Amino acid sequence: MEVLGNYYTHLVKAFPFLMKGAGLTIQITAMSVFFGTIIGLIIGLGRLSPKKILSKMSAVYVDVIRGTPLLVQVLIIYFAVPGLMSDILDSPVRFNRITAAVVACSINSGAYVAEIFRAGIQSIERGQMEAARSLGMSRTQAMRYIILPQAFKRVVPPLGNEFIALMKDTSILSVIGVEELLRKGQLYIAATYQSSPIYVGVALVYLVLTLTVSRWVSYTERRLGVKND
Amino acid sequence: MIRVEGLYKDFDQLKVLKGIDCRITSQEVVVVIGPSGSGKSTFLRCLNRLEEATAGRVILDGIEITNPGCDIDDVRQRVGMVFQRFNLFPHMSVIKNITLSPTKVKGLGEKEAIEKAKELLKKVGLSDKENALPDELSGGQQQRVAIARALAMEPKIMLFDEPTSSLDPEMVGEVLAVMKDLAKEGMTMVVVTHEMGFAREVADRVIFMDDGQIVEEAPPLEIFKNPQHPRTQGFLSKIL
Repeated sequence: MEVLGNYYTHLVKAFPFLMKGAGLTIQITAMSVFFGTIIGLIIGLGRLSPKKILSKMSAVYVDVIRGTPLLVQVLIIYFAVPGLMSDILDSPVRFNRITAAVVACSINSGAYVAEIFRAGIQSIERGQMEAARSLGMSRTQAMRYIILPQAFKRVVPPLGNEFIALMKDTSILSVIGVEELLRKGQLYIAATYQSSPIYVGVALVYLVLTLTVSRWVSYTERRLGVKND
Repeated sequence: MIRVEGLYKDFDQLKVLKGIDCRITSQEVVVVIGPSGSGKSTFLRCLNRLEEATAGRVILDGIEITNPGCDIDDVRQRVGMVFQRFNLFPHMSVIKNITLSPTKVKGLGEKEAIEKAKELLKKVGLSDKENALPDELSGGQQQRVAIARALAMEPKIMLFDEPTSSLDPEMVGEVLAVMKDLAKEGMTMVVVTHEMGFAREVADRVIFMDDGQIVEEAPPLEIFKNPQHPRTQGFLSKIL
């Protein structure tokens, strides 16, 4: 019992500190979801483009990003890219940590979102595109008015999964010193040596965050009338 | 109005159309019959380039649509199409299904488009359904909306791809009735169907296709009473 009491005391003390980290985790996730969705939509549509070069380039993007670990991508964007630029420009270049973090997460998420959009678009019956085209709509108009509105509804559940995964993956950013939730916990541990309560506390905060997102996704599904069709 | 010259269509190894030549004049109603797999739907879909021809020419209202440079979106505004599976847009109300293309493609005003759509719904007997979603309608009603939607673009030609084949039997009549009215108004129509009664009553000409070719074409009375080709005789003896 005393151990639990001790844990509790440390968690209460660390709570405001961890909350700051959680705030940054939420911000980075939200921004990466935003840019990742834009990238994903562009790449997803690119993959389905009748123009060979566009679909090839998009496929390469997805393969490269999905085929390499997020941790390595983060390190490349934060260290390797500015390093290369410094050599080329012959003067030191450094990136802001948080910017690099958002860029890396957006690029990474974009590849997964692209596959979600591609699958969603391809799941719409071919007759819908044909009907739209037979009414004189261009491919772009048909996508915009007919295909995408239907596809969006179907991709809400997988997109929700992707965003929850992304939120957890931002913990990787602790390696470049972004003071998100995990990093804040580690800093607290470094000062107090209380690793057991804090790591458990960090896990609990992630759990609350992801459960909140998944609730919100289910609510959105219900409101949009997503059916299992 | 439509001229087809030496039309071929392959799907990889499969040769579906093997040299189709045909002319369809303005206000003519042509019914295409034939066994399944004979290429009749593919032929129809080549007429608005939903299928790209492998070889040959399709000239529609003076424009060669088989020419890759032609503005196909513009041509399609003048060629309505009705599908076997209706293909209504399920996320839009009936009225929105009908007004979407006139407003977005033709640039018609919202008010005008709605008025026109209401007129068309009245014509197909569905005035009370303008705010319904496609899911809430029966198959026959959906197909009548699909016809109204195509007509909203004021096409010169209407293509029908087995419009009654996925309907329950009791709903076939209501769709055919709308098509008959359309024929009476002088619409140029090409209809792929198994409804021989419709062909007999409405068609000016019946085309019998088999194995990717036009085997025989004649006015309905002639082709049904006195088919010339053994393959036509064989097909008709099975279905009549």
